[in-house]
This record gives sequence, C-alpha cells and structure tokens, in this order.
Amino acid sequence: MNIAYSTELICFLILSAVIVSGSLAVVLLENIVYSAFLLGGVFMAVAGLYLLLNASFVAAAQILVYVGAVNVLILFAIMLVNNKEKLKPIKGLRTRKFISGGVCGGLLILLLRVSITTKWNLPGPTSIGEEATERIGEHLFTDYLLPFELASILLLMAMIGAIVLARRDVSIPAADINDLKNQKSLSDKKVPLLSENSIK
Amino acid sequence: MNSGIDLEMSFTQGVQNLGLSHELAHLLWIPLPMLLVLVSAVIGVLVTVWLERKISAAAQQRIGPEYAGALGILQPMADGLKLLVKEDIIPARADSVLFTVGPILVLVPVILSWLIVPFGQNLLISNVGIGIFLWIALSSIQPIGLLMSGYSSNNKYSLLGGLRAAAQSISYEIPLALAVLAIVMMSNSLSTVDIVEQQNTAGLLSWNIWRQPVGFIIFWICALAECERLPFDLPEAEEELVAGYQTEYSGMKFALFYLAGYINLVLSALLVSVLYLGGWGFPISIDWFSSLIGLSIDNPIVQIIAASLGIVMTILKAYLLVFLAILLRWTTPRVRIDQLLDLGWKFLLPISLVNLLVTASLKLAFPMTFGG
Repeated sequence: MNIAYSTELICFLILSAVIVSGSLAVVLLENIVYSAFLLGGVFMAVAGLYLLLNASFVAAAQILVYVGAVNVLILFAIMLVNNKEKLKPIKGLRTRKFISGGVCGGLLILLLRVSITTKWNLPGPTSIGEEATERIGEHLFTDYLLPFELASILLLMAMIGAIVLARRDVSIPAADINDLKNQKSLSDKKVPLLSENSIK
Repeated sequence: MNSGIDLEMSFTQGVQNLGLSHELAHLLWIPLPMLLVLVSAVIGVLVTVWLERKISAAAQQRIGPEYAGALGILQPMADGLKLLVKEDIIPARADSVLFTVGPILVLVPVILSWLIVPFGQNLLISNVGIGIFLWIALSSIQPIGLLMSGYSSNNKYSLLGGLRAAAQSISYEIPLALAVLAIVMMSNSLSTVDIVEQQNTAGLLSWNIWRQPVGFIIFWICALAECERLPFDLPEAEEELVAGYQTEYSGMKFALFYLAGYINLVLSALLVSVLYLGGWGFPISIDWFSSLIGLSIDNPIVQIIAASLGIVMTILKAYLLVFLAILLRWTTPRVRIDQLLDLGWKFLLPISLVNLLVTASLKLAFPMTFGG
C-alpha cells in the first residue's frame, strides 16, 4: 500500500462519513437553519468525492451550483421567514415519520441489494483528468445538444415565472383608487426585499 | 515557450539524492508552497493595510500612521497584535457554533483561491486544468459564511448585513463569470498559466486589455463588489448597519473577516493582472530582449532574471490595481442597495452577455488576433 493510495482511502472514508452523518442530520435536526447549513456541507463533501474521482470540473460545478446558488437560495428563504414563530403541530406526525422512515429504509435496502448483486467491471475506465472539460463541452454541443437546450428552456421558464411572481403589478382603475378593498393591494405593491416589513 | 524554472523538480531531486523515496520527497514538497502562499498572502495584506492608511491620509490631507516604524510601516503589525490580544466575545444569545464557523468559512475559500495565481511559468501551487473556474466556484462559498455569521449574531443589523452581502455577491458573480468566460474563449483554456502565456506573445500589445476593454471594466467593477469595497461596501455601511455582519465580532474572529477582505482584494487585483494585464509578462517580450543582448533564453542567468522579473511584474501590476481600489474607496460615495442591484442585473449582466457574443463573433471572424 503506497502513500497515494492510503491518502485516497482515508479521504474517501472521511468524506463518506461526512456525507452520511451530514445528510442524516439535515433530515433529523429540528432547527431548519442548521439543516440548511449542513446541506451545504454535504454538497461540499460530494464535491470532494468528485475530486477523488479525478473529475475536477464536475467538482467545481457542484460547488458553484449547489453550494453557491441552491444552498444560498435555501438559506435566503429560511432567513427571510420569521423563525421565532413555532410551526403548527401536524396531526399524526408520528405515523408520518414511521411511513417515511420505512420508505427510506426500503429504498436503502433496494439500493444495497443492487450494488451487491451487480457485477462491477473493476477496475473501471481510467479517468481522463484534465481533458474532461473539453470532453464535456464536446458532448454538450453534439450528442447531448437537445437535452442541453431543453434544460436551458426550463431555466428560462423558471426565470420568467419568478419575474412574474415577483412583479406584483396591480392595475386599478383611477375611479376605484379610493375604494377600501383596493387599499391593501396599493400598500403592498412595493415592499422592497430587505425592508423592515419582511424581517422582524 | 521554454519551461522556465521548475522548483518542484529540483527540490524532489535534491531530496531523493539524500536517499529518500520519490513519494516521500513529494510529500515533503507539498506543504512548502502552501506555507509560502499563506505567508505571502498575509504579507500582501499587511502592505495593503499600510497603503490604505497612508493613501487615505493623503486623500484627506493628514499624515497617517507615523510612529510605528519608518513612515508607520509597522502599523499593520501593531493592528494585528492588538486584535490578537483582544478578548474573544460571543454574545450571550448568539449561536456560538455558527458564530465561530462563519468567519472561517469566509476566510478559507479566499486563501484556497491563491492556488491558481501564477507568478511565473512554474511558480504557482497547482496548475489545475480548471484554473480560473476553481476561483469562481470557491468564491461562491463565501456568501454562506457571511449569511452564517449574520444570522448567528442574533442582531438585526448583522442579519441585514449578511443578507445584503449574499445578495450582492450572488448578483455580481454572474457578470464576473461571463467576463472571465470571454477571456477563456480567447485563450482556449481555463488554466491561468495558459491564459497568461497566450498574452505574452508580443509584450505589451498582446495583453488582453486591448482585446477585452469592456470585459476588463466589468471584471474590475464586479471584483470590487465581490470584495465589498467602496463604492459597493453596503454590507457594512456604517451609517445604516453599524458594521453589518461584523457588528458583534471582536478579537481574532473580527481579524479573520478583516484578513479575508484584504486577501480577497489582493487576490482580485492579482487575477485582474493575470487575466487582462499579461500576468508575469514584461511589457517588452523577454525572448526578443535576450536575443538582442545575444544570450540564449535557456541560459540560467536569463532564466533567473526572467523569473524574478515575472514575480516583480505580477506584484507591481497587482499593487497598481490595489492603489486604484484604495483611491476609489476614499473618493467615491457609496451606492444604494437598489442602485447596486440595478447596476448588477440591468447594466452589467446584459453588457457582459453582449461582450461574450461579440468576442465569440470576433473570434470566428479574426481567428488570428482573437485566438482561433
């Protein structure tokens, strides 16, 4: 066992431990802020696994998209929500937990069975390392062009949707502007994102 | 191009000659550049802090630090020592774990990004293939640290500062990445070494700033916004938010924010010089110059002079930009948050998209000058 191999093994073990315990904590912790921050940690550990597999581009993309965008967005949403307020108790929480636990356990057993019974072709293909970026680009613009474009259309739709939701344009005829039921829509027309009304 | 000086090779060979295995030699080598970069980053910060104090003083017709060392050159050290011995306070109702992890998460990605800054052909820690993309990815971790420290301080000013910081760095990351993308498109590589080499074919004239003037300005504005420097220092706007996410911090934890801010500034300046100002390249081509005085480029003396000139040039260019940033800080007023977001989304983003498209079409039209 040489130094490179043992370093890799140790890194793999640490990263997997972080991923497994972190994702369990994301699900099980009561405090959603902790869950969100731990989710970022789990994403970073997954990026570490990609690095171990010599896929540095995928690792950087993972950090950029999942940690830098998705997780920050989740954190934003959580922090803009009033966290002092207790969540309403949900009926039958215990049975729900049992059901979801059962489903997750079943999935785990299924995946374990698949991974044990599959005949893995070891050792796998040698990684192309630094060339990977070019290879990904080639694939995206040749045989995976359609999925790539579809994904961009999906993103465009999401963006337009977000803009429409955030605009909150109200059109009230000039005659009805003093009507009592229109008062509210006028006052909440423009609440800036970071004003006092949105954070208490 | 020549291979230049390869310190790693000579070090590992030297250690192997002492009778150690190749792997052990490599293992011994690994911490050395890291330590060197950590030290140079901190020294860079000390110099920048001193410059900031002196230039701000000059801008306001004061003398500035004067008693600590000649011209007050030891003042930043005194500042650091003061922060080191200050009491570390965690507010009573703050979340102590997140409060501690926050500043670390802000500092670590910034230092890690130094991995890709080249000071010469082989004078960088790691010539990773994804190069500049690694920096963009790493700098996207920072907002999480800012949000974390803003949230855990249990203070409304901190939370607002943290949210502002995150919103700001997310919105300016996109034009920044697009400006970098135009450069990458021209040099056909993400690696910083390739980007610099592609600019050093004809000295001053082949620098990217002539081919990417718009990209240069976009990148510089976005880099200032990412570093939270005035005119974009809204997250810590002292008149509105006390000190933003840093309000509750003191002692070493505050020093971590302080360090991260200045390291980020120096790093951004270095990257601007790498991407647009020819990195380690001398304004006159070294190849041409050495042939003029009749020495081969592989001559050891020429090599050593070229390498040290490269380091000096990189640092000189970076510090010229730092000087510009400091001047900007002490002469421009702060923008409002809505102006900031408007500038980012409605002006810089479309402009950088257009810049990318124009670069792509120029590359197709003139493959010789725009790196076909």
